[in-house]
Amino acid sequence: MRPSAVRLLNILVPVKRAVDFAVKIRVNPEQTGIDLNVKHSMNPFDEIAVEEAVRLRERLKDAVKSIKVVTIGPPKAVETLRTALAMGADSAIHVEIPEGTPSPEPLAVAKTLRELVMRQKEGVDLIIMGKQAIDDDAGQTGQMLAGLMDWAQATFASKVDVDPSTKAANVTREIDGGLEQLKCQLPMVITTDLRLNEPRYASLPNIMKAKKKPIEKFTPADLGVDLTPRLRTLKVTEPPKRVGGGKVANVDELLVKLKEAGITPKRA
Amino acid sequence: MASSQRLRALALYKELHRLGREFEPSYDFHGKLRRLYEKSRHLTDEGEIEKAIQFGEYIKNETLALYSLRKYRHLRRMYPSGSSGDNSNGTMY
Repeated sequence: MRPSAVRLLNILVPVKRAVDFAVKIRVNPEQTGIDLNVKHSMNPFDEIAVEEAVRLRERLKDAVKSIKVVTIGPPKAVETLRTALAMGADSAIHVEIPEGTPSPEPLAVAKTLRELVMRQKEGVDLIIMGKQAIDDDAGQTGQMLAGLMDWAQATFASKVDVDPSTKAANVTREIDGGLEQLKCQLPMVITTDLRLNEPRYASLPNIMKAKKKPIEKFTPADLGVDLTPRLRTLKVTEPPKRVGGGKVANVDELLVKLKEAGITPKRA
Repeated sequence: MASSQRLRALALYKELHRLGREFEPSYDFHGKLRRLYEKSRHLTDEGEIEKAIQFGEYIKNETLALYSLRKYRHLRRMYPSGSSGDNSNGTMY
């Protein structure tokens, strides 16, 4: 996939409409999934991705030619796109799936995104997306997309620096045990970690302005992608209830309780 | 009341109203918002109106900060640092 010939960057930010972080998750009576009749909002990691794209433009100014957001979701997902447009994206793409169909799996999402990227006449230089979605916690889409496109990837980014003149990026990654610095050649996929930035609040005037920004619509059929799930969920249950702790009045009572629990003292 | 101040006050009200939707319902954010605006509806002095608008802006920023903090605390609990998983060894966090 050829990036744009001139040294201008086209950024694509995939976002997901997921169950809101503050919602109390309930398993549905059939035990096939969770109750989805609850508040939804943009995946927090994707908010961070949108914010990073907007900040890149604030830093690099005209070097960022366009920031496009894309989502795969039911008709209501348009609200998520509007929030991203209000935060500073220029235009949006909505791959619409019927209301009630299961959320596509990471590989299906990656294939859809690849298809869209290939159709972008101006090319895509940088894809910034959340590292995982808070509803499925898969954490696979970014990596799969980079693999499918044969692009560089830097996941769990906590700091991003892009040099448009050399089309290279320095990314700091959060990994177990510390930080890792990567230097990558564009085009590439970056997935965002929590500590990358603090997303801005989309004010009402910006939301009003966002209503004028264009949203392109596609169906999976238009793109020739099959979003049928490959995995079958057998059962969804709540985790076992935590047994509460108890208070003891004194050390003797503590010893009695420990004995009851089967903890015996070792001979010194 | 200068018309620009009127426009600002109205815009602020709409913004605060929208923010109040996510507030703890028992606090009655919308009710308090309305009562505070009604209390100062009679103001004519530009300086006093300006002070009232500034107070409204302050409330807006405080509310935004509260929401930010709530989200941050939630996400930190759900995704503690050190758990961003370079799971190449199959280690569980």
